[in-house]
Amino acid sequence: MSRTPLDTVEHAAATPDVELPWAELGLKKDEYERIVEILGRRPTGAELAMYSVMWSEHCSYKSSKVHLRQFGEKAPENDALLVGIGENAGVVDVGQGYAVTFKVESHNHPSYVEPYQGAATGVGGIVRDIIAMGARPVAVVDPLRFGAADHPDTKRVLPGVVAGIGGYGNCLGLPNIGGEVVFDACYQGNPLVNAGCIGVMRHEDIHLAKASGPGNKVVLYGARTGGDGIGGASILASETFDDAKPSKRPAVQVGDPFQEKLLIECTLEAFREKLVVGIQDLGAAGLSCATSELASNGSGGMRITLDDVPLRDSTLSPEEILMSESQERMCAVVEPDKVDRFLEICDKWDVIATVIGEVTDGDRLEIYWHGEKIVDVDPRTVAHEGPVYERPYARPEWQDALQADDANKLPRPRTSEELKDQVLKLVASPNQASKSWITSQYDRFVQGNTVLAQPEDSGMIRIDEETGLGVAIATDGNGRYAKLDPYTGAQLALAEAYRNVATTGARPLAVSDCLNFGSPEDPAVMWQFAEAVRGLADGCQKLGTPVTGGNVSLYNQTGDVAIHPTPVVAVLGVIDDVARRTPAGFREEGQLIYLLGDTREEFGGSAWAQVIHDHLGGLPPQVDLERERLLGEILIAASRDGMIDSAHDLSDGGLIQAVVESALLGNLGARLVVPDGLDAFTFLFSESAGRAIVAVPRSEELRFTDMCRARDLPATRIGVVDGDTIEVQGEFTLTLAELREAHEGTIPALLA
Amino acid sequence: MTARIGVVTFPGSLDDRDTQRAIRLAGAEPVALWHKDKDLKQVDAVVLCGGFSYGDYLRAGAIARFSPVMDTIIEQARAGLPVLGICNGFQILTEAHLLPGAMLGNDHLHFICRDQKLRVENADTAWTADYEAGQEIHIPLKNMDGRYVADRYTLDQLEAEGRVAFRYLDFNPNGSLNDIAGITNEAGNVVGLMPHPEHAVEPLIGTGRTDGLPFFTSILKKLVTA
Repeated sequence: MSRTPLDTVEHAAATPDVELPWAELGLKKDEYERIVEILGRRPTGAELAMYSVMWSEHCSYKSSKVHLRQFGEKAPENDALLVGIGENAGVVDVGQGYAVTFKVESHNHPSYVEPYQGAATGVGGIVRDIIAMGARPVAVVDPLRFGAADHPDTKRVLPGVVAGIGGYGNCLGLPNIGGEVVFDACYQGNPLVNAGCIGVMRHEDIHLAKASGPGNKVVLYGARTGGDGIGGASILASETFDDAKPSKRPAVQVGDPFQEKLLIECTLEAFREKLVVGIQDLGAAGLSCATSELASNGSGGMRITLDDVPLRDSTLSPEEILMSESQERMCAVVEPDKVDRFLEICDKWDVIATVIGEVTDGDRLEIYWHGEKIVDVDPRTVAHEGPVYERPYARPEWQDALQADDANKLPRPRTSEELKDQVLKLVASPNQASKSWITSQYDRFVQGNTVLAQPEDSGMIRIDEETGLGVAIATDGNGRYAKLDPYTGAQLALAEAYRNVATTGARPLAVSDCLNFGSPEDPAVMWQFAEAVRGLADGCQKLGTPVTGGNVSLYNQTGDVAIHPTPVVAVLGVIDDVARRTPAGFREEGQLIYLLGDTREEFGGSAWAQVIHDHLGGLPPQVDLERERLLGEILIAASRDGMIDSAHDLSDGGLIQAVVESALLGNLGARLVVPDGLDAFTFLFSESAGRAIVAVPRSEELRFTDMCRARDLPATRIGVVDGDTIEVQGEFTLTLAELREAHEGTIPALLA
Repeated sequence: MTARIGVVTFPGSLDDRDTQRAIRLAGAEPVALWHKDKDLKQVDAVVLCGGFSYGDYLRAGAIARFSPVMDTIIEQARAGLPVLGICNGFQILTEAHLLPGAMLGNDHLHFICRDQKLRVENADTAWTADYEAGQEIHIPLKNMDGRYVADRYTLDQLEAEGRVAFRYLDFNPNGSLNDIAGITNEAGNVVGLMPHPEHAVEPLIGTGRTDGLPFFTSILKKLVTA
């Protein structure tokens, strides 16, 4: 048997002319030359493997970094922020000594290749990020986007993604409390599978990814390392799909939620006993990422003996071990006298744990294989000093024509009969229809703290049983709005998530985002990205909600066709007592329905334009963040003081969509009157932002309207909760039974 | 005085802390039991909670049934120790042959999570005495393998002896035979069901109903007055 000789550091220095396959590993020529310059010699194969995965778009944010800086530069003053951008996830103070960490990430490309495992491991990855901060995960959310609902491939991708999320998250015992499901032909070859997680801890339990203290041991624990996901980061996440290339199935990792559940419990037990100095999960770029990040964030260097990594496949090369993205692994830095106890806890949970190295007092990351040094690098150059691109960007030529194609000029319903017909079509359309066929595949009850879950405006979790302290989260994004105007579209996503949190009575605190875009090498896409980031950073500044972290997913395109720019925004809120929360469903007959905010003729990017005319053009609704803030304050005060019994945000689909949802949730109808100054069509279908409907008990009406008047928030009485029909006076009446059939029948008919 | 009720944690158990909370809310003292430990810490009753013990690998409940703690539970249950199996716990009880029948994958092949309507068929067991026979209740249901099956003879026997404890109403969520949601052994000390009463014990949480609380008050009363 012949073997190629081991490419040691010594060997690399002695053989400067050996050409390594940098292009196959996804590196550009200038990037390879930069590595040679950093090292002062050619890299070894193992070093090249590390640089290639860590300098990939997915890990290094090389195209997005220059724009993302705005989130820090424009961050509003916020005392609640305990840990900001740069760690595994941001951490926010929610009071009473509690801290909450949350983040949204993408697992788009793997989920298209292998829907079940791609989505499952997306949940696994975000959950490990949350554990790595020291928190117990308490809930997950999943914003999802698929191709056209009736496209045959959607029937392959969606059920797999949903089963994967459920199969993994349900098995971890994490309630799934929110998210979205959106269909649009633009996501046909590039579904967006974003996953968010919230974790809770006490302030003193916050942990960071850093290796300090020379002599401290580096412990790898969790699953054995196998050949799955090798190069996933560099190849899968950083290239455009192309039909000509062979299947990339082997690059998708396979998840084992049972192993992850053990990892959660064992890690939390080690935290409780204060055994952990620093911790990092192994996600994209596996050990390459964990060792280089831990070492570069700490004070010293690190020495690793790769032979000690437990393997699932003993034939793996050192390069493959460094690149493997096998799931359910974590890396902890532990003081020497605490290692035994740490290993004991792992053993209790039947989790394999191995000391693979130690923190050194140097500043190098050194990795050994069979006694020979195969990596000798400054870890900062791997983890933090990757390339930064100032990619060219330009407003696309077609943008003007798109905006000029005004949706407000589309033919509108001429008769009451047509109006009624369009209402039914809207609430039955795939995007507006009930998603309960999907969400009922997720466990929303586990842990026994779920106060609100989808289809409520935000998911809400109690975090203290004594005081009732709780947190709420909403995720929103509207690619259609963002396509028409990325700056405004990003702010509309932020405004909607903010409003959704406030609608349930929680105070918005902080933001995480998942920015899904096409190829950064296309100047038009790069312009969309730059505009969206600028819009989001400006918006967060105005609303006082800092971005605490998030994720960028680029190359979501097939050939030349990119997805709609799709910034997905998650807003986290806090509520002092969950008993004061406000649900969306109508609760009592006779209560008065008020519309808060201003309604304008705004149909650009609207659900109505899509469903009735298959049209996308014009301008998205205007954003007024001052108004959003005021609306939020009114909704929160009204919840706290018991002035409203239900509230629902108005967004895609407009007022009629919200009324139908509130009615079906509460199984109570409504009689509506078109207010003066509005026509029935605009009243029902406009998507003006900064609006909500609330149901006010008659006894509270005066107090509530006085408050709105005093704060200068338009509040219009538009009807009353009543009966088992929705009646728009002078126009039409629809029974709840026919609305329910329309609203709830669509998704099962398409997918079941 | 109160009663000590044990809750077993297997690797992959999910609702152990929720079940402990439900026991506490009912006024009893929850005691954590560990799967590797044969010792039941002198508890007066045991709950096998929901989750995916051992990842549900091989078959739901099939591996947990052989854990050290189960040796003691099986022995003591046969001697009268009250045992409640919820969801995965029900699956473990059938695997351990403390209850007859078996659980298959849901007939629609999906995980299902819903607020499920049930009828209490037997209010004479250790865990159901605070209900009334015929009472209709709502309890959250969430499972992948919830389809109760048994041979015709066993089904007839269960029906004839009134050992079907709960039946699904309005909608059979998984294809269970005879709409069976839960059953009891002959002595009435061992009860298993698929829905999760521990998720219906607080008015604000979950579905907002407290229809599950009587499970825990039933056993408490029985133990305290015994």
